Amino acid sequence: MIRTQSVSRSYGDNLVVDNVTLDIPARGVTSIIGPNGAGKSTLLSMVSRLLDMSAGSVTIDGMDVTKTPSDVLARRLSILRQDNHISARITVRDLIGFGRYPHSKGRLTVEDRSHIDKAIDYLDLGALSDRFLDELSGGQRQRAFVAMVLAQDTDYVLLDEPLNNLDMKHAMGMMKLMRQAASELGKTVVLVLHDINFASWYSDYIVAMKDGKVAAQGPGPEMIRPEVLSEIYEMDIKVHEIGGQLISVYYG
Amino acid sequence: MADIRAQATPVISPRQVLIILAALAAVSIVAFMVIGAKGNWSFILPFRGAKIWSMATIGTAIAIATVLFQTITANRILTPSIMGFDALFALVRTVQVFFLGGLSYAMLPDQLQFTYETAVMVGLSTLLFRWLFGRASRDLYLLVLVGIVFGVLFRSLGGLMQRLINPNDFAVLQDSLFASFNTTDQTLLGISTIAIAGVGIWVWRLLPALDVLNLGRDTAINLGVNYNHTVSQVLVIVAILVSVSTALVGPVTFFGLLVANLAYLVIRSHRHILILPAAILISIITLVGGQVVLERVFGYDTALAIIIEFVGGVVFIAMLLRGSRT
Repeated sequence: MIRTQSVSRSYGDNLVVDNVTLDIPARGVTSIIGPNGAGKSTLLSMVSRLLDMSAGSVTIDGMDVTKTPSDVLARRLSILRQDNHISARITVRDLIGFGRYPHSKGRLTVEDRSHIDKAIDYLDLGALSDRFLDELSGGQRQRAFVAMVLAQDTDYVLLDEPLNNLDMKHAMGMMKLMRQAASELGKTVVLVLHDINFASWYSDYIVAMKDGKVAAQGPGPEMIRPEVLSEIYEMDIKVHEIGGQLISVYYG
Repeated sequence: MADIRAQATPVISPRQVLIILAALAAVSIVAFMVIGAKGNWSFILPFRGAKIWSMATIGTAIAIATVLFQTITANRILTPSIMGFDALFALVRTVQVFFLGGLSYAMLPDQLQFTYETAVMVGLSTLLFRWLFGRASRDLYLLVLVGIVFGVLFRSLGGLMQRLINPNDFAVLQDSLFASFNTTDQTLLGISTIAIAGVGIWVWRLLPALDVLNLGRDTAINLGVNYNHTVSQVLVIVAILVSVSTALVGPVTFFGLLVANLAYLVIRSHRHILILPAAILISIITLVGGQVVLERVFGYDTALAIIIEFVGGVVFIAMLLRGSRT
C-alpha cells in the first residue's frame, strides 16, 4: 500500500500540493484525475522520490521513500514522468534493457533478457527494437519508455499521463496491459489520466485532485457521477451507462 | 522512410571503430617517434617519448573530463573549459603567486603544489557547478552565457593580479600558464599519470551508473542510482582531470568539445565503456598526429594549440547555430 501522510509541496508562496493524506490500495489500478495544475504530477513525483516534499511523509509497504536506499526502492517501485528527453543516442532495446539495471546493475542475465523480450512484445515494439529513440514518433517513444518500466518488473508502477501521444489503438492497448498487470500479476498501478472515460473503464479506484487537495476518492462507480465530476472540473458533465460502463459526455 | 534511416546506420560496429582508432593512434605515435629522426637514438627516443607521454596524459584527462561533464549536464555543447573551469584553475594559481610571491611558488615541491591546487579546484568547481546547475531552469543558452561570463571574470581577475605583481613573479606564472602541448616536466607528468590512473579506476567502477545517468535525472533515480551522490563523484573526477590538464598544458577551451563530439559521431552508442576509449584515442591522434603534421609539413610555423582551438571554436559555433537539440 502507498500511504501519504500530510504531504505538502510549495514553490515559494505557491502551495502546489496541500496536506494530502491518502491511501492507495495495493493490487489494482488507481487513477488520479483532476484539472491542470491540481498537483497530480507533483504528488506522483513525491511518492516516487523524484521530488522532495516540503512537509509530510510517504511510505510504500511501510518503507519511507526518503529514507530507503534508492536501489532498494527501484526494485519495488517504478515511475515514468511525462517528458522524457534523452540526449544520448540509444536504441529501443537498450533503453528497455536499462529497466533491468536495478536487478543486474548493467550485466544482463538470461532472465533479464526474457523480461526485455516480454516488454517489447507487450508494447508491440518488435519492429522498432533496433531503432534509435530520436528516430521514433512521440507515441512510439512513449511506448518504449513504458516498456522500460515494465521490464523493471516492480510491484508498484507509477505512470504520469501514459496515454500522451498515443493513438486510440495503442492507448487502449496500454490500459488493457495495465489492467492485466494488476489482475494477473498482482501489481499496483497508479496512473495520472486526463481522459476520465479511460479512468472509468479501466480503474478500480479513482482519486480526484483539485487545488492541491484530494477533492474526492472512491471506487469507479462512486466517482463517475455528474455531480462529482462537474464539481471537480467546473463544467457540465453528463454520465451515461453504455454497455454496463459509465461514460462521461462533456462536449458541446 | 523508416527503412532509409535504418540503412543509414553504419555497418562497422563500435568495437571495430575502436580498433581502427587504436591503429591510427599507434601510427601517429610511431610517425612522431621516427620521422625526421637524425642522430643518436638513445637521445631521441626518451626525448620524444616524454613528449608523447605528455600529450597522451593531457589528451586522456581532457577527453574523460569532457565526456563525463557532458553526461552529468545532459548536453553535447558545454564542456568544463567552456564553463570556465580551467580559467578558474589559472586564477587559483595566480592568486597564490600574488599573495605568496613567485619564489614561494617555484620553491614548493610539485607534488604539494599539485595536491593543494587540485583540492582548491575540487572545492571551487563543485560550488560553481551546484550554483549553476542546481536550480530548476537549465536553459542551455543561459548556461553558455553564464559560463563564458565566468570564464572572462576569472581571466580578468587573473589578468589584473598578473599586472600588479612584479615582473619576475609574472615570468614564473606566465611560464606555467601558457598553453603548450610540449611540456616535459617529468615530476609533474609523474603526478599527473598517477592521478589519471587513480581516476581511471574510479571511473571504471562508475561505468554502469554513468550509462544510466545518460538517461536523465528522473530516469536515473527511478532505476535506483543515487543521483546526487554519483553526480558529486563525477564532479570531483572532472575537477581533478581539469587540474591535471591545466597544470600541464594551460587553458585550452575547445579541444574537449572537439574530441568528445568526434567520439559520439564515430561510436554511435550510448555506452561509456565505448565512448571514453574512443574520446581518449581521438585526442591522442589529434595531438600526436597534429604535432607530426605541424612539425614536418608546416615546419613549426604555428602552434598546435592555436590550430586546435580554431577548429574547435568553429565546431562550437556550428553546434550552437544548429541548436541545442542534441
